[in-house]
Amino acid sequence: MAIKEPERIWWKPYTRDEKIWVAVSLLWMFTSFVFMPVYHFAGSQNPPYETYRVSPEEFDKLVEAMIEKYKVGEENGMPVVHPDPDEPVFIRASMWQWYPVVELEKGKTYKIHLSSMDIQHGFSILPINMNFMVLPNYDYVLTLTPTTEGEYYIVCNEFCGMGHHMMVGKLYVK
Amino acid sequence: MAAEDYRICSFTGLKIHKPTEDLIKWNTVTAILFLALGGLMGFLIALTRWPSVHYLSLQNYYRYLTLHGIDALLLWIIFFEIGLVYFTSAVLLNTRTVIPWAGWTGYALMLVGAVFVNFVVFAGKADVMFTSYVPLQADAVYYLGIIIFAVGALTCYGHFFANIIQAKRDGAYKHSLPLGSFGLAAACIIAVLTLAHGAVIMIPVFFWSMGLIHYIDPGTYRLIFWGLGHPSQQINVCAMVSVWYMISAFTVGGKPVNEKLSRTAFVLYIFFINVASEHHLLVDPIFSNWHKIINTSYMMHLAVFASMVHAFAVPASVEVALRNQGYTRGLFEWLKKAPWSNPAFSAMALSMVLFGFLGGITGVIFGTEQYNIIRHNTFAIPGHFHGTVVGGTTLAFMGFTYLLIPYIFRRELVMQGMAKWQPYVYGIGVAILSISMMSAGSFGVPRRHYDITFSGAPFSFTFDPAIDMFMSMVGIGGILAAIGGVMFILVAMGSIMYGKRLAS
Ligand code: HEM
Ligand SMILES: [Cu+2]
Ligand SMILES: [Cu+2]
Repeated sequence: MAIKEPERIWWKPYTRDEKIWVAVSLLWMFTSFVFMPVYHFAGSQNPPYETYRVSPEEFDKLVEAMIEKYKVGEENGMPVVHPDPDEPVFIRASMWQWYPVVELEKGKTYKIHLSSMDIQHGFSILPINMNFMVLPNYDYVLTLTPTTEGEYYIVCNEFCGMGHHMMVGKLYVK
Repeated sequence: MAAEDYRICSFTGLKIHKPTEDLIKWNTVTAILFLALGGLMGFLIALTRWPSVHYLSLQNYYRYLTLHGIDALLLWIIFFEIGLVYFTSAVLLNTRTVIPWAGWTGYALMLVGAVFVNFVVFAGKADVMFTSYVPLQADAVYYLGIIIFAVGALTCYGHFFANIIQAKRDGAYKHSLPLGSFGLAAACIIAVLTLAHGAVIMIPVFFWSMGLIHYIDPGTYRLIFWGLGHPSQQINVCAMVSVWYMISAFTVGGKPVNEKLSRTAFVLYIFFINVASEHHLLVDPIFSNWHKIINTSYMMHLAVFASMVHAFAVPASVEVALRNQGYTRGLFEWLKKAPWSNPAFSAMALSMVLFGFLGGITGVIFGTEQYNIIRHNTFAIPGHFHGTVVGGTTLAFMGFTYLLIPYIFRRELVMQGMAKWQPYVYGIGVAILSISMMSAGSFGVPRRHYDITFSGAPFSFTFDPAIDMFMSMVGIGGILAAIGGVMFILVAMGSIMYGKRLAS
């Protein structure tokens, strides 16, 4: 019994039922174990990425330089940029803003750089629901190819203070 | 150790040492009080996430959410586990707690730490969630409270080893621990490793909050924090599985069909769970793709395999026991004749179902790289762990409380009619809560979020209208779970204070 010391020899061979169960479980585990790496390539669902160190000041300069060069308009007081597809795109997180608004072209491949000016934020692209963590001092570079035209929203989904629920940004695929 | 310090339990025949009994009583009662507080907070935040109710104010929502995580996940669960430490290392072995004063010191530290943390959070100086991701900063007292609590918990988990070593010397067991104690031994080993991670990260963060250290790397913090945070869930799993085996033994005389299988599964937990912690970091900018793939695809499944084994072994032990009692007609007579109106038994059975089907399966799914990217930080994540730690662990511990009341508190259960229904009400409430959280999360609804209509934001996103229903169900499931929780508190505290005294 689970509440009594077992008899001296408890190291007994498995019965048939146990063997079947263990075999089925192991098989299931093995399938998931193989499937995940395979699907990493076959599914191309997770974007390739690189990571670099960057200070908030450096990152801010990169954002401003991009805006300077590629600004095409304004929306709700926020600059809208339309960078060339070969150029890096910088999106800055801070309490409580995703800055600036970005226009991307469908079918082109971009390097999207994400970093935070202050604390941790969550980069959640809706409605397609893809999620990434954005940390200060880390330059998180995602390689993304937008495949569907439309308006997308970036909602912060890591708690970042009392304005957390107001941290919504925008992204266009044209 | 004078013989008069012992009594023989008239239900179980176990020899119970007076100081052990007191330690179990105090830890269990403290646990229940924190569950009451944490549950109340859970109820209020569930009402806030129900869009047409949206009950709490902005500030209180985040404040109570922080407290809910701490009181329910940390305090209720760990205080209860410390009670289990003494139960399995002394009571089950018919022996004593070797250093009762260390037990009391640990208890006092835990309580002081817990009070500190609750106090600063209530005072509004630590609205940081229980994860306190740097550089979001809480008052230094918050981190100090966590550290003091952890030192106390470490003292108590460590006591397990002192007890079993002494028990062996005293001849309380000859070769192997009973399975219930073996599972707790696994829990205590993981606890010691886990709390070491806690020290590595929380002590520097404490100095940082006082301005003595200037920089804590946010990525490294997340890595080590989850080295603490995830394996501590495995402490809970080990303790919960032990409780399943023990409830099966106490209520129907269940006997693990194969000790070898069950014990091997506990050992797998010890080895593989820590490395699987990285599923918290799958969309973080710190590791390489390969690192993440190997870690989550390979290591995680060995720990999951262990859970599959217990999912077989516990019901098998119940089946064999009931068949031996003569319920052998057909395939399922034993299932029909199981003591479904005994709340300890039904809590165990429901706990297994909720843990396995809601918590376990979703955990495996969300832990894959592909799924994680569409679930990270959405409402689906609390949906998953309200299956594991609320439907699973909490319900199992509630069931075990119904056994501790006669065995340790020596009181008869009060309001037995209500007790009979409690696991069902609570279990169904948690199931609704968890399923609706997961459904809303699949549309991208964020967790830890005050207002998904984004009022005041520069841009406003509108979710699929289907989420209104799911978010309302969160409120309804929350109310039902809260009713089940209140029923538990009434029965447990009512019995402990006013139940008929049982002769021993
Ligand atoms: C009456 C029962 C309960 C209800 C109604 C409830 C409700 C909730 C809700 C609605 C949330 C999500 C908050 C959000 O992200 O907006 C939540 C979070 C959470 N709950 Fe519960 N809960 C209950 C019991 C418990 C118990 C018993 C535990 C632990 C054993 C627990 C652990 C947690 C944790 C760790 C979180 C995450 C907190 C965070 O994101 O920082 N809950 N709960
Ligand atoms: Cu944010
Ligand atoms: Cu945020």
